[in-house]
Amino acid sequence: MGADIPAQPGILAGLVAITRRDLLLAWKRPGDVLNPLFFFAMVCTLFPLAIGPSPAELMFSGPGVLWVAALLASLLSLNSLFLSDHEDGSLDQWLTSPQPLPVLAIGKTLAHWLISGLPLVLISPLLAMTYRMPAGVILVLIFTLFLGTICLSLLGSIGAALTVGLHRGTALLSLLILPLAMPVLLLGANTVSLAAGNEAYATGIWALAAYAIAALSLAPYATAAALRISNE
Amino acid sequence: MWKFFHRLASPPHFYRLAATLIPWLMFPGLLLLAWGSYNGLFVAPPDYQQGDAYRIIYVHVPAAYLSMMAYMFMAIGGGIGLIWRMKLAHAVAAAAAPIGAAFTFLALATGSIWGRPMWGTWWEWGDPRLTSELILLFLYFGYMALRSSIDDIAKADKASAVLALVGVVNVVIVHYSVEWWSSLHQGQTILKKGGPAMDPEMLQPLLAMILGFTLIFGALLARRVRTEVLYRERRTRWVRKMVLAPEGGR
Amino acid sequence: MRRRLATERKVLTAKLSAKDLTLIRGERCLFQQLEFALDAGELLLLQGRNGSGKTSLLRAIAGLLSLESGEVHWNDVPVLSQRQEFHGAMVWLAHRTGLKGDLTPAENLHFEATLRPQSKTEIAAIYERLGIARLKRLPLRSLSAGQQRRVALARMLMADVPLWLMDEPFTNLDSDGRKLVIELTEEHLASGGLCVLAAHQEVDINATVKRVKL
Repeated sequence: MGADIPAQPGILAGLVAITRRDLLLAWKRPGDVLNPLFFFAMVCTLFPLAIGPSPAELMFSGPGVLWVAALLASLLSLNSLFLSDHEDGSLDQWLTSPQPLPVLAIGKTLAHWLISGLPLVLISPLLAMTYRMPAGVILVLIFTLFLGTICLSLLGSIGAALTVGLHRGTALLSLLILPLAMPVLLLGANTVSLAAGNEAYATGIWALAAYAIAALSLAPYATAAALRISNE
Repeated sequence: MWKFFHRLASPPHFYRLAATLIPWLMFPGLLLLAWGSYNGLFVAPPDYQQGDAYRIIYVHVPAAYLSMMAYMFMAIGGGIGLIWRMKLAHAVAAAAAPIGAAFTFLALATGSIWGRPMWGTWWEWGDPRLTSELILLFLYFGYMALRSSIDDIAKADKASAVLALVGVVNVVIVHYSVEWWSSLHQGQTILKKGGPAMDPEMLQPLLAMILGFTLIFGALLARRVRTEVLYRERRTRWVRKMVLAPEGGR
Repeated sequence: MRRRLATERKVLTAKLSAKDLTLIRGERCLFQQLEFALDAGELLLLQGRNGSGKTSLLRAIAGLLSLESGEVHWNDVPVLSQRQEFHGAMVWLAHRTGLKGDLTPAENLHFEATLRPQSKTEIAAIYERLGIARLKRLPLRSLSAGQQRRVALARMLMADVPLWLMDEPFTNLDSDGRKLVIELTEEHLASGGLCVLAAHQEVDINATVKRVKL
């Protein structure tokens, strides 16, 4: 056992360690990965049932429905992001470890995205096909969802950190995160709609990418500050 | 200069200062509102396109402007409170939130009433300003909900300050993304940038209303901060002494 | 080898002190103008009834709680201005162990070791000492509360740092376990370590003990 403990971890060691640990935990409890996925598929099934199976309508509403469903699904798993770590005292240990907290926050968010964001991106083409989306548009959908779920995980980590340990956490978390997430939804869904209408959609992709970069550089600090405050 | 700020930050000092400040904000504010309303509603000429309907801007524009300003107060107050651990700044942020939410609501309501004769509908999703304002209202709700669900005041202050700072970055993004979105869908705006210059007879009452509303906002804020300070400092000697004083305190 | 010597020198000069600590939680003032100074080789015993603020004081020392007034100093420098250095020199044995029930002790400790750059690489001896060597491949949740506590102790030993903060370290331990904790603490103090220990009962230990009554 002694051999696989690294002797001198660097600055990113904490990030890698925390991501690895969360993936290991998810591996041992696969339900956490599957639940948001089922939810995503379910919401996408509800819409055709509600608005009717006409292909034209489905094609028209597809981008919006898929995006709203993805947003809600990624929100679903957020509440538990820091909850168990707060309850079992892991958070105390991280806050008293020599690792910089924003880096740990990135690791945590990365694991969350890999567990609940990336599967949504991967399954989205399947659902998009049922909405009669052409292949070119599906590519745009995958790309916007890829960037969008990163943004949502990062934003969500701030909200999860702010509400960890509070009663009424889930409802409060949605109330905090949804207004923040609206620009992401708006950019993502409309970019796909533009692509579906054979219009220029590059602006939306660039804006989403810019949003993702900004979120990646700012959100970890906000999450770290929020964790320190919530864990008092 | 530094000493002045230090004194200002002391709760008892602020409490007394605010009491003397409030009438100086309130009465000029009310006078400006009275003058502005009279001139805006009766003296200013009707608009050549919108007729008399445009007159709602005398309430709508100041309310929309103050809804943003109150959010800035919240964020800046929260930031100062986080960085310099100044309790009074947190009290200002806490006091600004409901006022800001009220102005946001007022801006939404007047915007929607204005929309009725203009678009023939109470709500037009295509208008970027109204949509941004609606998201701003949700941001206020989130802020107040977070504050009210944390029992410990110090913790609530810090957590909501982080949220307000994140939100203020977001407000800018919301503004631009909604504008892009509505340009896709040929949204119709009432107030266009770079439109024909306003008649001075219309503009002067508007400026008076904006200034008047701002002064009244200041007075309301000062009043709420006083209450907030009193509540937060209820265990301290100066509050007890003041409350138990024979004249009942003032 | 150089690194090892460096940590020892740090231990010899290590000093934890606090002045004028006041902590208010909600409506209650838990302590006021509290002060202490702890040198290498000394134990600070926090005593008091349940709810008297022992854990809060420990959390405040660890930098997890913000104080109403006062500062904790590590080597005469405020803790908050050198958070990372201070946290690199301390380990916190809390009531909640911070270990994951779904992972095995070995996996848990491997994760903890990556978080702390100075961790000992040779931990087989630590497993032996704590009597958990044969449990290291079982999921932690299948272990008894006392065994889980021993895993938490293993993390503390592994961290190899001068300052130990321990919150009720005897909880859930049998008499052998209690004796072991005392022994380990004595060894740590004898090698120049510092220890802050919160306990509601008397602790019989062979070292310089300073007390804070809450």
